[in-house]
This record gives sequence, C-alpha cells and structure tokens, in this order.
Amino acid sequence: MTMATSLPGRRDEAWRYSDLKALERAHALPANDAIAEAVTLADGETRRLGLAPDDSQRATLTLEVPAGVSATLVESLGGGGWLDRAVTVRLGAGARLTHVILQTAGAEAVVTAAYTAALAADARYQVHLGNVGGALGRVAMDVTLATGADFTLGGVLLGNAGQTVELVSRVVHAEPGATSQQTVRSVLAGKATANYLGKILVAPGAQKTDAAQSSKALLLARTASANTKPELEIHADDVKCAHGATVGELDAQALFYMATRGIDPAEARALLTQAFLGDVLDAIADEALREEVSALAIGRLRVLVGGA
Amino acid sequence: MMLKIDNLHVAVDGKEILKGLTLALAPGTVHAIMGPNGAGKSTLGYTLAGRDGYDVTAGTATLGGQDLLALAPHERAAAGLFLGLQYPVEIPGVSNLAFLRTALNAQRKLRGEAEVSAGDFLKLVRAKAKELGLDPEMLKRPVNVGFSGGEKKRNEMVQMAVLDPKMMVLDETDSGLDIDALRVVSQGINAMRAPDKTILLITHYQRLLDYVEPDFIHVMVDGRIVKTGDKSLALELEREGYGAIAA
Repeated sequence: MTMATSLPGRRDEAWRYSDLKALERAHALPANDAIAEAVTLADGETRRLGLAPDDSQRATLTLEVPAGVSATLVESLGGGGWLDRAVTVRLGAGARLTHVILQTAGAEAVVTAAYTAALAADARYQVHLGNVGGALGRVAMDVTLATGADFTLGGVLLGNAGQTVELVSRVVHAEPGATSQQTVRSVLAGKATANYLGKILVAPGAQKTDAAQSSKALLLARTASANTKPELEIHADDVKCAHGATVGELDAQALFYMATRGIDPAEARALLTQAFLGDVLDAIADEALREEVSALAIGRLRVLVGGA
Repeated sequence: MMLKIDNLHVAVDGKEILKGLTLALAPGTVHAIMGPNGAGKSTLGYTLAGRDGYDVTAGTATLGGQDLLALAPHERAAAGLFLGLQYPVEIPGVSNLAFLRTALNAQRKLRGEAEVSAGDFLKLVRAKAKELGLDPEMLKRPVNVGFSGGEKKRNEMVQMAVLDPKMMVLDETDSGLDIDALRVVSQGINAMRAPDKTILLITHYQRLLDYVEPDFIHVMVDGRIVKTGDKSLALELEREGYGAIAA
C-alpha cells in the first residue's frame, strides 16, 4: 500500500507554512493497509473513535448524520507514526453534529487530517478542536453550507519545541442565510509554529450570509511564530463577513501585578494562557466535553509555560 | 525594624531616579511619603516590589531583617510585602476569585502553611468585600475589567485585607477617588493598622491623610528623603509647597 503518490510542496498555498520535512520523514515510514469505515449516527448517540498508529496509516471515515438527528462524535488522533486521516461528513436537513477532535500524537509523529463536510438546509455542525500533538499536526476542514445551515469551529492550537500545528479551513456558503463562526486561539512556546489559513467563500446568490473569523496567537517565546491568513471571496452583495487576527505576547504588567500578589511566574503564565483560551473553551456547551477538552488544553499549557 | 532602606540607588533605563534613599519604618507605625511629581515615589514602590527594569545600583532594603532585593517579586509578597498600585491592572479572563485564591494559596505554600479551603476562602473574601463596599458579585468578574476607578481601588483593598500582609506600600491609593470611595478606602487602610504591621502611604496630596492619620511624614525630592516630621508637616507642605521644604 502506498500513501499519496506525490507530496505537497511549498508552492501549494494550503501547505505554504507547513513542515514539509516532517511530512517527508513520515512518507518514508512503512505503511499499513488503509482502514475505511462508514458510520451512521443515531439520534442522541455519542460515538468515540480513536486512532494511534506507530507506522504509516491511512484511515478514512464516511460519517452520516441523518436528517433531524442530533449526535456527537469524539475523535482521538494520536500515535507515533503518520496518521493520514480523511473524513467525509454528511449532515441531513436539520441534523446536528457536535464533533470533538483531539490531536495528541507523539513528538515525532505526523498527523494530517482532512475533513470534508456537507451540511443540508438548517443543519448545525459544531467542531471543537484541540490540535496539540505531533511534529506536524495538521487539520484541514472543507465545509459547504446549504440554506440556513450553521458551522461553528472553536480551535485550540498549542505548540512547543519544534512543533508545527496548523488549521486550514475553507468554508463555502453555497446558499442563502447560512452562518459560520471560527474562533482559533494558539499558544506557542520554544520554536513552535502555528498556522491558520482560513478561507471563506460566498457563492453567487448566497445572500444574508453571516461569516466570522477570529484568530489570536500568543507567543511565549520570541523564537515561536504564528501565521494567520484570512481570505474572503464574496460573490453576493448582502452579506456580513468579519475577520480579525492578532499575534501577541503575555501582558508584562499583568504578570508583575500577579507577582506582587504572590503568584509565581509559571502559575501566572498558566492563568493568563488559560484565560486566553477561554473564548474557545468556555463556548463548549456540553459540560463533560468542555471539561475533556479543557483538561487536555490546560495540561498541555502547563508544559508550555514551564518550558517557556 | 519592619522595613529598612539604606542608601538606595535605583536606575530606570540607565537614568538614576533614587539617589541614596534611606528610610527605617518600625512595626505598628503608619508613614506617608509625599513629594512632587518625578521625585521617585512610585519608583520606590516598584523597586520594593521587584519590578523588571528597576535596577538597584547601590544600597540595601530589608523586610524584617530579610534581604528584600534578593527575593523574586512573588517571594516578596509571601514574605509579607503588599504593593497597592496606582493603576490596578485589568486581567481579562481571570476571575477575581480565582486570582485571589491562587495568590493566597501560593503565598501560604511558600510560607509552609496549609492551603485555605474553597469554602473558607469564599467566606473570607465575601466578608472583606462587604466591609469595603465592593459588590460580592463583582468578585466573579475578571480582575478589574470594567471596574470604575473607585471599584479598582476598593478591589485593591479587598486583596490587601484577604492577603493580610505585614508591610503595605500604597501608591497613590487615593488618586481618582470621590469622597465616598476615599472614605471606604481609608477605612480599609485603617482596619489594617496593628502593632505588628507597617503602612507606607505614597501620596501627592494631604487629602488622604485627613482620613488615615500617619505617625510620620517623609518628604521626598529628587530621589531622596529630605525631611521627616510628624503629621503637621503635611499642613506645612500644603501651605508652603515642596520647594520651600526642600531648600
């Protein structure tokens, strides 16, 4: 079994800031047979899927959420090799899917996960992403929205040492009245890099589109970096599209203030970085899921602020 | 002595601000440092608290005999130093309760004391907030975010009351307060007066001293203490200005 026949290059816009060397190393790993799964979720169901290969593994999933069904999928992506994940999601009319993606692969690993979702009218797709593992941890989302559909993405990207963590999204508002909100918060220590490339495409006739992107990155070291590239392509005239991006450091005044009250530097950094992720973590409606994602993020943050 | 500062020289960005400041404060006393803008009053507070960029080029400062300048800022707090800031910092996303509980337990841990339970902490902080006229609901909000000037200063007093320091340096705590807020903040300061505690008020105006009566007043001009006296010195300053005193 061979993996993708040719690897992406620097000229490929969606891979522009990626760690292509890590991808090349991963490409040389021995490959397992591909896994292909098809899952249809039932109303009220919470399905958990986990993948943690030590070699090269392609794993595809076709996920069906029938019309009117409300369900949850929690995906854990890990391991020490190359996990090449491809997921196709189909949401029927009025269907609701809460999708948690936790990428926690080992320090040498590569994860490339690509999601293609098609939402029928009035469907709601909520993604809570914790992208924190791997030498390269890449999540790509391609979401197409029909009339009145809603896509909400909350992403936490955390990187330490030489890690590259990235999120590449393309949201297509194909029909009128659909909404999308993407909130991405990245915290980087060491020489880590976070990339967020977010494209919003509003098709002709997709009036009353409401699309928003917010990206903030926090660099705990001057050697860390963050790239943000918002892109809007709008072919309708009655739409609302907003995007904002910032890259910053921890507030030195806040750190001093906390120290004057007795809080040690590592604890102060932990509190401030945790607060920074609040926009994403606090927005997770389900309490158990919120705690699960928060625990992962906060545990990882402790490592980042300790080593910063 | 509670706080003993000897021949302290401090430079900020290579420019000398404190130029041989000497001061000894005994337990159980309240002091005020007064002086014109640019005298170095706030620099003294920041230096004692250990802020980055305030370089001690000569001199010593001890708290209860312990070398204050050798400690990291958070260790100074645990040793009993409290700096009330002129402009309390806003910390979005961190609630007052989490902030203060983390601070209290961090200090207690450094001192080898047991952590305060969540229940006991809540009782303590609610009682102090009530005493100081800060709506307990505000404790759930992020630190100082959206607080008025008066609320920020009340919040400083709540923090001080909960952390229960032995050496308090209050930098322009009276600035920006209306008369009601000034009264409440003064009550908060007076409540901390005790035989084993020392309070140092850094202030520009006589006004605060009508409510918090100091035992000693020190006049600071150009990085040094140029005169020390009792509270009548404040009135003299008010009448004659700093120029006449420093001359």
